Amino acid sequence: MHEWALAEAVIAAATEIAKKEKLKQVTEVTIKIGELQQVEREIFVFALKQLKPVSFNNTRFRVTRGKTKLKCRACGNIWLFQKAKLNAETAEAIHFVPEVAHTYMKCPRCGSPDFEIAEGRGIWLENVKGAC
Amino acid sequence: MVDPRTSVVEERFSGIGRIIAISSGKGGVGKSLVATTLALMLARKGCKVGLFDLDFTSPSTHIILGAGDAKPKEDKGLWPPEVSGLKYMSLIYYTGDKAAPLRGVDTSNALIELLAVTRWGSLDFLVIDMPPGIGDAVLDLIRLVRNIEFLVVTTSSPLAFETVKKFVALLKDMKVEVLGILENMKMNDSDSVEAKTKKLGVPFLGEIRYDPKVEKAIGREAMLFDTAIAQEIKEIVESGLC
Repeated sequence: MHEWALAEAVIAAATEIAKKEKLKQVTEVTIKIGELQQVEREIFVFALKQLKPVSFNNTRFRVTRGKTKLKCRACGNIWLFQKAKLNAETAEAIHFVPEVAHTYMKCPRCGSPDFEIAEGRGIWLENVKGAC
Repeated sequence: MVDPRTSVVEERFSGIGRIIAISSGKGGVGKSLVATTLALMLARKGCKVGLFDLDFTSPSTHIILGAGDAKPKEDKGLWPPEVSGLKYMSLIYYTGDKAAPLRGVDTSNALIELLAVTRWGSLDFLVIDMPPGIGDAVLDLIRLVRNIEFLVVTTSSPLAFETVKKFVALLKDMKVEVLGILENMKMNDSDSVEAKTKKLGVPFLGEIRYDPKVEKAIGREAMLFDTAIAQEIKEIVESGLC
């Protein structure tokens, strides 16, 4: 239930934004989840609904997934993360701290662990909509 | 696009009395040994203590502690396991004995992730073993953790003190609390580090003479308490820290 801790962070950040923009009711929160972190969507959305404050009573949580694009700094190769290629223990380690991908993964073309997580690392808050 | 993780960091640290980062401008001055010994000594005095290894590329506190196979418990976040009476957190749980080749942006992301998802609960002290130098970890902690205090470790070498001088000046510039400077692995009777520390306007916490027994005490908690490091840190702890 590591997803719960991330959902708490999203609610805290969305609440800060709502306060700053003087929103009395938050109608929609859009969150993007990068594939690398392998967040369980159902648990994450359940946690968001459990944690939401009163001003989020009628909030629609839009959760979209994004592919993870990795770019090798040594040879420039770009490839997509595929969980299926990892064993369960490695996948779990990357789930908790996505950066440990550098410990277990290498560029499929040149073998370098020096790659950039160009897209789709973890959770991003894309948008908070509401009424003043 | 907003990174939501930073919004929850303050809450994660809300149950902690004091947060002490063990740092230095230079590597190899004994930060990890000082951090581990300080945490163990505070726990021995009856305080509830956490130890957080943020030296991601060269973690070593798990070796000093002789930590076994314990892993964090997952329950609405990560709960550090208890190791030698300390709540102990390290990236080592997820990298094992393999290297973590992280660039600055990755170090920062991994650090923020652990700050956001680690649940320390109620602690009197959290001791943080920092990576050497003024880098991402130092800047992120100053940005995200209110009331953080720095204990700066140096050796007698002018090479180490020169970097420490810059480090302390930066901390003071950023209005961050500096507990003081601790001189480690001292091999002569010179009091030059103490004198230079006073010129910087921060407390001189003490000196730890070079003790060859320390190497043998690595991984053996009981032996660690019988070293020069432990004797000096005991004095610091008893002089008002705990």
